[in-house]
Amino acid sequence: MMIDPSLDALTPEMVLFTGSIGLIVIGTAGLVLGRHLFRMLLALAIAEAGVNLLLVLTGFRGGAIAPILGFAPAGTPMVDPIPQVLVLTAIVIGVGVQALAVAVMIRVYRAYRVLDVVQLRQRLESDICDAAGIPTAGSLDEPLGGRPLPPVPAPRPVGAPARRPIHVEGTNT
Amino acid sequence: MRDFASVLFTAGLAFLLLVIGSQLAFGAPPMRVGGELLTVAGPQVGAANIVTAILLGYRGIDTLGELSILFAAATAAGLVLGRRRAGGPQDRPGGLVLRAGADLLFPLLVVVGLYVIVHGHLTPGGGFQGGVILAAAFFAAVLADPARALSHGPIVWLEGLAGTAFILIGIWALVEDGSFLAPMLPKGTMGEILSAGTLPLLSVAVGLKVGAELAGLMASLAETETPE
Repeated sequence: MMIDPSLDALTPEMVLFTGSIGLIVIGTAGLVLGRHLFRMLLALAIAEAGVNLLLVLTGFRGGAIAPILGFAPAGTPMVDPIPQVLVLTAIVIGVGVQALAVAVMIRVYRAYRVLDVVQLRQRLESDICDAAGIPTAGSLDEPLGGRPLPPVPAPRPVGAPARRPIHVEGTNT
Repeated sequence: MRDFASVLFTAGLAFLLLVIGSQLAFGAPPMRVGGELLTVAGPQVGAANIVTAILLGYRGIDTLGELSILFAAATAAGLVLGRRRAGGPQDRPGGLVLRAGADLLFPLLVVVGLYVIVHGHLTPGGGFQGGVILAAAFFAAVLADPARALSHGPIVWLEGLAGTAFILIGIWALVEDGSFLAPMLPKGTMGEILSAGTLPLLSVAVGLKVGAELAGLMASLAETETPE
């Protein structure tokens, strides 16, 4: 299929072809630009739909029928059945992947009450630093600028409260 | 800066895909296996639906792998979510229309799902598609009324038995014919319900397994505690 500048090239198959590539691109854009975990999962689902459409389209053959015997005289051209088989299972696997992602997301939301990637990373980092007893990078209660940091992280005095309470599953629900 | 790089990456991907697509001969599938299978699958397997013939006849072991991926996903989701504590907060049941609609849809969805599974080797459809319809039949009721929880015991048993049946048919073929999941039994007349040898049995096993697994997966998602 050479892209022809004339309008004759705008066949339905062409529209489907560019449309499926468009779906892949929209999904990828949502994945790399999105900050909300659930929206990123939806973008992944859109990209997956585009990939499945593109796979089915690679089996396209002009004027061919579905690959089922007995509905047309023998010798009628049929579309390539292998992409259809692959897509058939890919859809079901996609559902499984999405359900697992949603399950993990539910746990993340229960623990941190937030699904924004940037905020989530900050909270995760501060929790990890709290648990390890080292200062959080860029935190306000640590010296900034040219003042030298102690080479070994100063241990928190025994009995002093943590800077932020560590979220433990079950304590805040 | 990060957004700019992301947009640049996406535009590059779009350009790359379009260029590759414009170089391909459209309407002439690049793979020759499919064309060969179209002529061979009918006499060899005896199923009118060539897609099902490939799925369960030629790629049977891959289908088994995909079933195990689904099983792993369902198990992991159940493991991550855990069980609901008794007396935890729960979603309110839906209105009368939702509940009555789910009840009315249930028999229709079960019949359609079983039809699609059993006729998988004759008409479009098969184990995977029919299994999803079956799962929807059982899950619609849970969506309409979260208090009516799906009991996990029968689901787990059904899933295990269907998976065992699939593997046992494969081992039977291995003993008799020498290759795992090779089509067995007489092929019969193409186009009739009892044709294509073991394919309908495999289709039923796949359908029940997919249906039970998806229903269990959705049920464990629906059973998670509602954040107060």
